[in-house]
Amino acid sequence: MSEKITNLTEATFDEVVNSSAEPVIVDFWAEWCGPCKMVAPILNEIAEEQEGKIKVTKLNVDESPAVAQRFGVMSIPTMIVFRDGEIDRRIVGAKGKAQLMAELGL
Amino acid sequence: MPETHDVVIIGSGPAGLTAAIYTARAALSPLVLEGEPSSTSDQPGGQLMLTTEVENFPGFPEGVMGPALMSDFRTQAVRFGARLETVKASRVDLSERPFRVWVGDPEAAEPTYLAQSLIVATGAKALMLDLPNEQRLIGHGVSTCATCDGFFFREQDIAVVGGGDSALEEANFLTRFARSVTIIHRRDELRASKIMQDRAFANPKINFLWNSQVLDIVGDEKVEKVVVLNTKTDEKSEIALSGVFVAIGHRPNTDLFEGQLDMKDNGYLVTQAPSSRTSVEGVFACGDVQDDVYRQAITSAGSGCTAALDAERWLEAQGGH
Repeated sequence: MSEKITNLTEATFDEVVNSSAEPVIVDFWAEWCGPCKMVAPILNEIAEEQEGKIKVTKLNVDESPAVAQRFGVMSIPTMIVFRDGEIDRRIVGAKGKAQLMAELGL
Repeated sequence: MPETHDVVIIGSGPAGLTAAIYTARAALSPLVLEGEPSSTSDQPGGQLMLTTEVENFPGFPEGVMGPALMSDFRTQAVRFGARLETVKASRVDLSERPFRVWVGDPEAAEPTYLAQSLIVATGAKALMLDLPNEQRLIGHGVSTCATCDGFFFREQDIAVVGGGDSALEEANFLTRFARSVTIIHRRDELRASKIMQDRAFANPKINFLWNSQVLDIVGDEKVEKVVVLNTKTDEKSEIALSGVFVAIGHRPNTDLFEGQLDMKDNGYLVTQAPSSRTSVEGVFACGDVQDDVYRQAITSAGSGCTAALDAERWLEAQGGH
């Protein structure tokens, strides 16, 4: 995983998402989810390439199920983009890099 | 200038990666366009990437996890020098040799790759119900991936639509989490194999709704119920549930080859059995894209080997190899 990606937990989620100056992508994932693993290297690249423009974070739904539940996540990978702490967009399912970038508006 | 390759393989399920292992060992330096990530069955590694335990692949007496098996296929192909690119072919032109393959913008003047021979292993993609609310509710109770999403349906009532092996396998898997799983099936008997049927019938959490067709999936923020038509009595009913998993079959990924390769009426590629030759010389097909009968990981892998040997011999016959 890229050093530029932050792992979120239930304890750190609100602080990180609310205090970030740039928009925050939260990738809801789990070890047992094949498509999540396929998206991981793409998010690594985005974290490296878009540093300063968007903050890439991950949340393990096994370890922090309450956060997933709070945002009604029922399918992974789900990527939610927060802007000033508010939900800006929501992307469900694994995608290729070009499509993901387009859906993220990057 | 586009790169020229002796062998380009489109697809990376058991067929494509077996073809890669064999052509790599034959020193043909295959290029594999493995596809792009997705949460449907159309992705690098193919359909096994969305399964859990594979119990019938020979050589694994204790079973093997589908994604782990495909990861090993991939490692083995790379070990012998296959090059894999995580991209999707967007267009092919098979009208002259070398064949032309595009990645990205299909309208680009220059193709991305030139191929002396082409192995088509694009597989098949899971069908959806094509109901108006289905796409909107994906990720909100409608799921294309039981292994990804079962976790979110703990102690809930859910349904699996379909009656084949994949439907029953998903239903069995989902009973680890759900309170109940209703299998909604159009007919009054299952297509699934005997062992899968026996397992489903013996599972106390699984019940069946026969002769039933899903007319609508209802819910604003998330799935609340489905509307079902009983095709025998013509009666409509509503079932309250929070999850719908669709496993009603597959269609071959042959859109790229429309008008260029001979296909059956159902879209599967025609090959000249027992070979993997298609209607265009130098183009070979293997795996589910040309198999509407067996559709197993092992038959796919076997046909991938056939395609690799066919391509190798054909290239040799062309001379220069």
